[in-house]
This record gives sequence, C-alpha cells and structure tokens, in this order.
Amino acid sequence: MDLQIALFLIQDGVVNGAIYALLGMALVLAFTVTRVIFIPQGEFVAWGALTLAGLQAGQLPGTVWLLAMGGSAVMLVELWTAWRRQDWRAIPRAAGWNLLYPALIFAAARFVDFQQMPLVAQILFALLVVVPIGPMVWRLAFQPVAESSVLVLLIVSVAVHVAMVGLGLLFFGAEGARTSPFTDGGIELGGIPVSAQTLWVVGSSIALILALTVLFGRTLYGKALRATAVNRVGARLMGIPTSLAGKLSFTLCALIGAFSGILIAPITTIYYDTGFLIGLKGFVAAIIAGLGSYPLAAAGAVLVGLLEAFSSFAASAYKEVIVFTLIIPVLIWRSLASRHVEEE
Amino acid sequence: MFSLNKLALAVGLGVFAAAAHADITVGVNVSATGPAASLGIPEKNTFALMPKTIAGQKVNYIVLDDASDTTTAVKNARRFVTEDKVDVMVGSTITPNSLAMVDVAAETGTPVVSMAASAAIVEPQDAKKRWAFKTPQNDAEMAKAIVEHMQGQKIKSVAFIGFADAYGEGWYQEFSKAAQAAGIKVLTNERYNRTDTSVTGQVLKMIAAKPDAVLVAGAGTPAALPQKTLKERGYRGKYYQTHGVANNDFLRVGGKDIEGTFLPAGPVLVSAQLPADNPVKASATEYVQKYEATYGKGSVSTFGAHAWDAGKLIEAAAPAALKKAQPGTPEFRAALRDALENVKNVAGAHGVFNMSPTDHVGLDNRSRVMVVIENGAWKLIK
Repeated sequence: MDLQIALFLIQDGVVNGAIYALLGMALVLAFTVTRVIFIPQGEFVAWGALTLAGLQAGQLPGTVWLLAMGGSAVMLVELWTAWRRQDWRAIPRAAGWNLLYPALIFAAARFVDFQQMPLVAQILFALLVVVPIGPMVWRLAFQPVAESSVLVLLIVSVAVHVAMVGLGLLFFGAEGARTSPFTDGGIELGGIPVSAQTLWVVGSSIALILALTVLFGRTLYGKALRATAVNRVGARLMGIPTSLAGKLSFTLCALIGAFSGILIAPITTIYYDTGFLIGLKGFVAAIIAGLGSYPLAAAGAVLVGLLEAFSSFAASAYKEVIVFTLIIPVLIWRSLASRHVEEE
Repeated sequence: MFSLNKLALAVGLGVFAAAAHADITVGVNVSATGPAASLGIPEKNTFALMPKTIAGQKVNYIVLDDASDTTTAVKNARRFVTEDKVDVMVGSTITPNSLAMVDVAAETGTPVVSMAASAAIVEPQDAKKRWAFKTPQNDAEMAKAIVEHMQGQKIKSVAFIGFADAYGEGWYQEFSKAAQAAGIKVLTNERYNRTDTSVTGQVLKMIAAKPDAVLVAGAGTPAALPQKTLKERGYRGKYYQTHGVANNDFLRVGGKDIEGTFLPAGPVLVSAQLPADNPVKASATEYVQKYEATYGKGSVSTFGAHAWDAGKLIEAAAPAALKKAQPGTPEFRAALRDALENVKNVAGAHGVFNMSPTDHVGLDNRSRVMVVIENGAWKLIK
C-alpha cells in the first residue's frame, strides 16, 4: 500500500462514514426522544433514492402509492380513535394531512413532468413524498405502544422494518437504480481527485450534524423533545405533548434518511434493501456513542467508514466481519465504564 | 374430536378427488422475494406462460415463494409432497435452497428440476441426486467460454472480484481452474456484498496488480458497481462479466461504463441474432415473444428462461411417463424421473438437452455464446 492508495481509502472511508454518521444521528435522535431503536431508518434511505431515480426516469415512483396507503391507514386509525372518544375535532386536520396531501402529491407526480425540472425541484418533491411517511409509521406502529418497554418497541421496530422492505420490493422491484450527480466535475486534493458529489456528501453531513447538535443542545424545542424520553409522564405534566414529540422526531428521521439516500444515489446503485446494511453501520456508530451523543455518533461513523475502507482493501471477504466485530469491544468498554441504570 | 374427524374426512376426500382427476401437478418453488428476487421474479412470471395441458392431461402449477430462505424452501417442498401430492417439483432459484429440496425429493421419491446454477445440485450422481435435474449451464462451462475468449484476446493475467457468497466462490474456483489450464494468471480474489455501496478498496488492489483484464463475478445490477468504480479510477484493460448480469436492468444501471464488456450467456439473450439454423433459435424466440407479449417489451431476462426450460423438460418427459402410470401415484413419479433421464435432443431457450444417467444437466457447448455490450445492447460475437 503506497501513500496514494491510502489517501484514496481515507477519502472513501470518510464519504461512507459521513452517510453512516447521518444515519447514526437519526438513530440517536429517535432513541433519545421515543426510546425506539429505529431499525427501519435504512428504508428511508432506499425510498428517498429510488423516488428520485423514479422521477428522473419519468416514472411514477412507488412511494407515491405508499404515501397514499399509509395516509389511508392513518385516517382509519384516527376515525376509530375519534369514534371511541366521541370527539371529532381532530378529524378535519387529519383528513387534510392523510387524504388530501397524498392526493395532491399523487396528482403532482402524475401530471407534472419532473424529468424536465431542475434537480432541486426533483429533490424537494422526492422529500415531500417520502418524509411524511415517517410520521405515518410513528402513528400506525409506535404511538399505540409508546409507553411500552424498550424491548417491545424494538420488536415492533423489527416488524416495521420487515414490512417496509417487503413493500419496497413490491413497489420498486428487485433491481437497483442510480441518479445523476448534483454537480459534475470535482477538485484535486493532496494530489488525488475528489468528485463534487463527495464534497456534497461530506458537506451536507457536517451541516446536518451541527444543526442537530444545536437543536437538541441549545433550543427549548430540542430540550423538550429530550425530556419526553427521560420521563414521558413528567414531560406531559410540564405541558410537552408527547405524541407530537414522537411524530416530530420520526419526521426528522425520515428527512435525514431520505436525504442520505438522495446524497449517495449518484455514487452507488441503490436497491430496495440497500438501506438495511447502511442503517446497521449507522447503528454501530450510534452504539459507539452509547445512543446518546451526536458528535460521538459522528466520530464513530467516520471510524466505521475508515475501518471498512481499509479492511476492504486488506481482506475484502471479511470486511463485514471486521466492521461488526468492532461493536463487541465497544460494548464491553461501555458496560465497564458506565454505571448501570435500571429502567423506570 | 368430531371436528378433527370431519377435517380428516374432508382432507381425505380432497386427496381422493385430486387423484381421481389425475391432473399432472407441478410444485414450483421460486425465490420471488429476498436477495434472489431479481432472478426469482422472472421465473415466477414464466410459469404463467407454461402449457396448460401436456399430452391431453391438464397440468396444475402450484407456485410458492421461498423468500430466498432455505428453511422456507424445505417447508414448501414438504407441503408439495404431503399436501399437494405433486408429481414433479421445480426449484429453487438459488443453490442452497435447491440442495435442500433435493433432500426432500430423494426422501419422498419425487423428481425435482432446479433452476439454480451450481453443479453440486446434480453431481456426483448417487442414490439421492438421481432425483435431481437442473436447467442452467454449469459455471465450469461458462468459465471455459470466458477463458477461451481471453486466449483469443492474448490476455495473460486477470484480476478477479466476485460476490462474497456461494456465487463468487463458485466462480473463483471454476475460473481459476480453467485459467490455470490455459496459462492465464489470476492475480486477485476480491469479494464484495450485493448491497455494498463502495468497492474502492477492492478496486485499488485490483488496479495495483496491473492485470490485462478483470472479471466481475456478480449477478444482476450489483455487478455494475465494481466496473463503474474501475472506470472511475481509470482502469483501461478489458472487462469481463458472467452470465449473471444478463438482464436489461444491468444495461440501464451500467450505462456507458459497461460498453465493450464481454460475457458468456445462454443463447436466449441474443435469440434474434442467432443464425436461422441454430437449434435453440425457435424455442428461445418463442419464449421471448411470449414473455414480452405478457410483461412488456424488454422485460425478458435469461433467468426466466431457466424456468421455461424446466417446463420444456417436463413437457418432453411426461408423455412417456403417462404410458406407464397415472399422475398422482409414486409409480408415475418414478416413471417421470426415468423419462427425464432419457430426454434426448430437447431444444430449450438455453440450449439442447440430452440427459443420461450420469449427466442430469444435459447441455453441451450449444448452450453458451459469447456476447459483447455495444451501444447499450447485447451483441452476439460470431
């Protein structure tokens, strides 16, 4: 291995690490607010990328149907809840978000020719399609069991993941897709070429990580969100609407996931099930951070990315083994270093 | 207890009714979901195009999905033999599941026609594997085609990258064996996963080895990633792929980066370009036309054609078996096995089948052609 190869590997590791960092942060976010270990996070990566690819290919993306299905299901749940409580005040608003919005999106996807639109419009529309699925997932799968233990939430999370992968296959098919890069060309850095998309990935990741750190560390909203995870009842007594907190954090997770997918879709081929492995590596990063700290999760993600790049050069057949074995010493160290807290 | 008796009676009557009808029942196991879905879906689609009657007998196809999972494959196979009383099984899409089905087939005396590629499914022919047949070409056959082409191109050294699974491993074994025999050096044995987003590390190592050509042993669109990365890093040698990439999605995802790539494939891939006297042309063209008429232009893939060939084999073997016994009986299943073993000169979409007690694939070198990708399309190398 000479210096140039090492530099290439570092570049590759940092780019992959930046994506793992985003997903690791989303996992930390979901966990600190809702105590859900959000395994379906990776699905949003695939759905975001495949929606954009669908728009660029001039097809109706499968997620448009998913949005409509999710909206209808949420609407049924809302109607059922309203009927049981005999309280219909929330229904018009729910109908707007879950029936009218998907219908508008559907009409837009059907009649607007996004192929001719600038890339920014395509990306924005892809996000408009995919991101609202996040709160729908929360409403359907997690809100009814929001008070349960972390273990129950984890089991629900696994179920949601399996269901979403299946839906992904149904709506996108088994073969992958790529999108066109944000900007062509690139720069030279330390003697090796760096493509513009690489810079986009790293830049966007750093910006989002900073934004999240500020949101949760410095603002009242962020602190309120964190409070719900520590003690839901206490937070509610303090006037924090806890189900809104869940909805909000899942929206953010879906946004981060879908945007990550859109960022990497020009670099690599995305499949309906690509997200899981990326999400899993984000999870390793989040575990390194003890599911609690955003900057630590980002650092862990870069570590995972670098480890992956170098092990794929040195022993490609054992790459995943090396990456996922990392979690064992980290867990041992964490269990030795931290004092054990009983859950409520 | 009463209801249980009633249930038993109902099941018994059902079985009786099925036996009295004496339709030929085919149990089909495909991996229509999970990692092998891109292969399993066209196979599943193909069964809708199969003949509904053979020699005047009605044929029922029961198609189940094993989700690329071996346990489910075994469960489905058990269901076929115990509940559905199938006369022959077809499946599965992938090698591990097919091997598991072979066990069930041997235990219950049911012939099985696999759509997976590994030679291990039918070799060596013993008491167990005598029930197993398969339609795809052996990888060894395809590897030899690549090596012969490389010799023609005066290639002396090759860098190998393949899937980190049985597909990549099988190809590495077969290819390095054939290459060694031809005096071609295999410089690297790199691996990657189907869902990997980056193969930079592997590619850097391959380029550092300075090979005359590279061989990517992957299936479907994931096989495009190493080639795209190699192009991006400026590798200028010759590119080879395996027959695993022979579907139109690979062309779509690969784009201009896969121009000029060589690969071996079943003749069905270029059926329109085959000379008129090619024995495979008629059957291959029929399959392509039927498939595209139902599922749209350009939707056909060579994987579905393996299912088509399984249908062709059963269609050719069933009349002989019908003379000996009634469908739904163990005698019929045994007769069908014997008939499958004696299939001669049956032209499928992938080649001409000549089975024998020692050869349960039955294909020869008419089952492969070399193809090059030109202007985003497959072009037969004459």
